Amino acid sequence: MDKTTFVTFFSGVLFSIGLGISGMTQPQKVIGFLDVFGAWDISLAFVMVGGIISYLIFQLTIQKRFSTPLLAKQFYLPTQNEIDKRLIFGAVLFGIGWGLGGFCPGPAITSLGSGSLSTMAFVVSMGFGMLIADKVISQIFIPSVIKADSVDSAQK
Amino acid sequence: MFFKQGEERKWRTSFVAGLIAGGIGLQYLNPEFFTNTSGRSLLVLVLAGLLVGIGTQIGSGCTSGHGVCGIGRLSPRSLVATIVFVFAGMVLVAIIQPFYN
Repeated sequence: MDKTTFVTFFSGVLFSIGLGISGMTQPQKVIGFLDVFGAWDISLAFVMVGGIISYLIFQLTIQKRFSTPLLAKQFYLPTQNEIDKRLIFGAVLFGIGWGLGGFCPGPAITSLGSGSLSTMAFVVSMGFGMLIADKVISQIFIPSVIKADSVDSAQK
Repeated sequence: MFFKQGEERKWRTSFVAGLIAGGIGLQYLNPEFFTNTSGRSLLVLVLAGLLVGIGTQIGSGCTSGHGVCGIGRLSPRSLVATIVFVFAGMVLVAIIQPFYN
């Protein structure tokens, strides 16, 4: 196992433990967090806020201390900053699926470790959904990308 | 993960393998980490999985990607995405949860 494989594997293990301990792998807890008009359980909001704070601190510290990462040539940070229809449409679909099943991707993949068949069905379906979105649905949004590209090249 | 080649595919795969390995460890320690009393049927879970897959791919992120890392990097795009998916989830649950209680 090379260094990168080991570190990313260990990151995955660490992440799964955090998800398990915090209750993210229990769909009824997730649904409870979303159920504002019912038996609202706000505890998972603290998981997210805790995650954000620790990510913020670690990310800032690492970026300050290292100009390049230890295991790659450069830091790959998202460059897109446009709030477009694609972002909103995707987030709406994800939110609906999240409320419907009580699973988001990380906890669902972690839950594969439990051997539950219904979780496996969820994850297989999720992978299929990602493939469809990548191959088919993304095409719908391409025109705006091309437009942005041509404006970009026209300015150059 | 499906769409990447070479090195990038390798580390993405080992991260996912780590998640599953961690899940196996948690199940071994205490199966209660994975209790599911949501009452969702297999069909509902398959439909939910499909929507989560399509939505996270089109919207470029999920609870971890936008919610934790994106907001953690103070990205306005991620903040908007997170507000939208949490709100959409809350609306959906408000509509369907009465049928489960």
